[in-house]
Amino acid sequence: MSYSLATASYIGATILFILCLGGLSNQETARRGNLYGVIGMAIAVVATVFGPYVAGFGGVAWIIFAMIIGASIGLYAARKVQMTQMPELVALMHSMVGLAAMLVGFANYVDPIAASHLSGAEKTIHEIEIYVGILIGAVTFSGSVIAFGKLSGKISGNPLLLPGRHWINLIGLLVVIVFGRQFLHAESVGGGMAFLIVMTIIALAFGVHMVMAIGGADMPVVVSMLNSYSGWAAAATGFMLSNDLLIVTGALVGSSGAILSYIMCEAMNRHFISVIAGGFGTSGGTPAAPDGTQPAGEVVPILAPETAELLRDAKNVIIIPGYGMAVAQAQHTVYEITRFLRDKGVNVRFGIHPVAGRMPGHMNVLLAEAKVPYDIVLEMDELNEDFPKTDVAMVIGANDIVNPGAQDDPNSPIAGMPVLEAWKATTSIVMKRSMASGYAGVDNPLFYKENNRMLFGDAKKMLDEVLVALKA
Amino acid sequence: MPLTIGVPKETAAGEKRVATVPEVVEKLIKLGFAVQVEAGAGDAATVSDDAYRAAGAQIVEDTATLWSSSDIIFKVRGPSTEEVGLLREGSTLVSFIWPAQNPELLEQLAARKVTVLAMDSVPRISRAQKLDALSSMANIAGYRAVIEAAHHFGRFFTGQITAAGKVPPAKVFVIGAGVAGLAAIGTASGLGAIVRANDTRPEVADQVTSMGGEFVPVDYVEEGTGVGGYAKVMSEGFQKAQREVFAKQAKEVDIIITTALIPGKPAPKLITAEMVQSMKPGSVIVDMAAEQGGNCELTEPGTVTVKHGVTIIGYADLPSRLSKQSSTLYATNLFRLSEELCKNKDGTIDVNMDDEVIRGTTVVKDGTITWPPPAPKLSAAPPPKPAAAKAAPAVSGHGKASAPSSAKRAAIMFGAAALFLLLIGAGAPAAFLSHFTVFVLACFVGYMVVWNVKPALHTPLMSVTNAISSIIAIGALVQIAPPMEAGLDRPDGWIRLLAILAIVLATINMFGGFAVTQRMLSMFRK
Repeated sequence: MSYSLATASYIGATILFILCLGGLSNQETARRGNLYGVIGMAIAVVATVFGPYVAGFGGVAWIIFAMIIGASIGLYAARKVQMTQMPELVALMHSMVGLAAMLVGFANYVDPIAASHLSGAEKTIHEIEIYVGILIGAVTFSGSVIAFGKLSGKISGNPLLLPGRHWINLIGLLVVIVFGRQFLHAESVGGGMAFLIVMTIIALAFGVHMVMAIGGADMPVVVSMLNSYSGWAAAATGFMLSNDLLIVTGALVGSSGAILSYIMCEAMNRHFISVIAGGFGTSGGTPAAPDGTQPAGEVVPILAPETAELLRDAKNVIIIPGYGMAVAQAQHTVYEITRFLRDKGVNVRFGIHPVAGRMPGHMNVLLAEAKVPYDIVLEMDELNEDFPKTDVAMVIGANDIVNPGAQDDPNSPIAGMPVLEAWKATTSIVMKRSMASGYAGVDNPLFYKENNRMLFGDAKKMLDEVLVALKA
Repeated sequence: MPLTIGVPKETAAGEKRVATVPEVVEKLIKLGFAVQVEAGAGDAATVSDDAYRAAGAQIVEDTATLWSSSDIIFKVRGPSTEEVGLLREGSTLVSFIWPAQNPELLEQLAARKVTVLAMDSVPRISRAQKLDALSSMANIAGYRAVIEAAHHFGRFFTGQITAAGKVPPAKVFVIGAGVAGLAAIGTASGLGAIVRANDTRPEVADQVTSMGGEFVPVDYVEEGTGVGGYAKVMSEGFQKAQREVFAKQAKEVDIIITTALIPGKPAPKLITAEMVQSMKPGSVIVDMAAEQGGNCELTEPGTVTVKHGVTIIGYADLPSRLSKQSSTLYATNLFRLSEELCKNKDGTIDVNMDDEVIRGTTVVKDGTITWPPPAPKLSAAPPPKPAAAKAAPAVSGHGKASAPSSAKRAAIMFGAAALFLLLIGAGAPAAFLSHFTVFVLACFVGYMVVWNVKPALHTPLMSVTNAISSIIAIGALVQIAPPMEAGLDRPDGWIRLLAILAIVLATINMFGGFAVTQRMLSMFRK
């Protein structure tokens, strides 16, 4: 395959990738979008393997060998993963892109062919590209590994706050810049390698440190941010290799992740910088909950039969799922209840907060898995006005996203965050394991409202009981 | 000195109502008034002079004497020119006036130096409901409209299965769900008909349902509530959509009752000649807006006509056709007004212009025209609020709604971007710039495409972008076995090891990412 033909194939692949992302704009075209992505990827790989860049059958054999291993692991993981584990899987996959970018960067640096035609400014830029590519790759890799650990519960979700953590980051950054200068001035590959390795270690440590400092509630931001990084890593590799396909694809993924991070931050009314700086619920190391804002009132606990009673008498029900539903794997029971109520003519809808769960769109995927039709699953903005006309708002394992304090209490740490106005429904039912506060560490005045009922217990178990009571 | 209320006999042709009834006469006397009634005033409403006399009223034989000896005149219809001439200077007249339609009458009355309270101008506020004669008359008219329709309609209203065969229920379509419309809906559904109704004000849908009707919406978004809970004139687009709904209903239903009125305007023409033609023979249209020109093009006000096999009832005197009932209710409304005017129960009246109800009702005060009154403070349903609330969250999607201050920020950002581009342009070689161009454009494409992704699909978006970012495999592929160049010492083994590892990792991502995305997407269903 000639150089021009390979380039033309790359253009085709680029277009297919753009169509792929465009297809995701709604559920009907999304599957076709995914197919475009698969075809684009296939074209890109085939054009490369049989293109002018790979010589001889020896190389092709190695490639096939490596791809078979990767493909079997990937397909196995995709089949086995539970929908509730999607955030972990996505984080783990980001780490692989990061690691791959690192490896390619190193390989490129030691490869004399890559730089053989370059001189002067071109050579300098090429080396900067290698340096930056490895840097982004390393941060993505270690950050994603830690995110995976936190999401899967292997590492505690609490933010780890080292003393003077901003200074540590700053010193790390300075060292990286100084070493970068040295690296550019290095005479030989061997001499530059030392700087490159030290920088990589610092970058890895930075990635770990950054994600460790971020609390569980901010995980959606972190996951989408790492998504963005993995794109930038691919784009940097593209610059390094002078490969436009990599640059375009990396930029697409990078901006996609950046937009998602932005949307998530908006949904929590937080600045991107402060999320990255870490430590939600403990602003600057002082305890967040100010005195005198303790909500007053009484908590009214109820049991499953009464919950069933309330649901049966309702005409309009809005269910607000949160991470608790995912943890308890309760989405299937939720659907059973929904179906039962809908058969009886009750208008049941779902209200999804943008940051419900541990990654963007997490709740939608879980409900889709449980076969809940997507046209009754609505966004916060779509149904927030409807709460006053709603008889029962059922909150399942969510807390901060229904906290009225975000609107009423300017001192609340989550003040200004958009929330689902569950308290405006005639009755709200909150399902929770205990009275513990949410990730933001804020007490929730909703629990003390007169029209609120608490159903304590594991979401799955309680919902099963509600379902039995409903059918009785 | 207690004042005398005089109730003359109505002189308008066909008017059978009377402004007071014996039960109310008793109550008025308790308020301290003296009451005199013209002989034969109640005949058409089947109230005899004896009954008035028994209630304590004086019967006056001579019309002119009654007018001149009364301080207050209670009437139903607005006075004719002769009657205006009979009014004594300084006296008070209470009746329907319709000041918007009858400016000359208003002038004549003002010239007589009297005080006039118009029962059609009672403000629509909760406190004034008990004296709202329009509502009580409309209620009667709505009932009577159905009765008239039933009279001219050749079939049962209710569906029946009899030994002689099956009778389908009549279908009634009511246009305008005000008091008259609601009364018509209730009456028709009480008779067993299938009732549908339409109104430009969407908030009355629940009221329609509560009366046993089915609300037929017009599929066009426009708020139709004008000031004071009345309807207003709608836009051209709405009217077109509305005509389509009506045309469809005209083909299906047996009876159409129209009640559409807009205060101070001729009645809107809602039923066209073609719609009438499209109706089944034997169908009936009751045009309750006949007096204001009619809602149907073919209506002849005041009479019943048959056109294209459809009976069109254009009676303008529906309440009068139920004279006993309407007289009683109207008289009660007048009594409630008297209570408002005579707070001390001493037989004198105080036209207190600071009282919102009385201010609104008074159209001439001591010879000065005081109509129209200032707008009422409270409307039946505060309309503009929901619109404003809706507009706010609608701003989403492409970035933030720009606040005025963000213009400065945008300028700074553009400046920084320009500086950055200048620096790159000065220092970087051409090859890099072409790649950089591609990079920047791709960022913009990504930005545009991704904003369109539904929040529900954010997880699949992440997994698919993840799969796509495994394009990094290309970087490893080109390093496995590149075409060799002479004279270079290439550490093949090392590079190959790194590249193979990178390929394995990227391929896990590639296959895993696409597969899991497919798995997720196949779960989304309607």
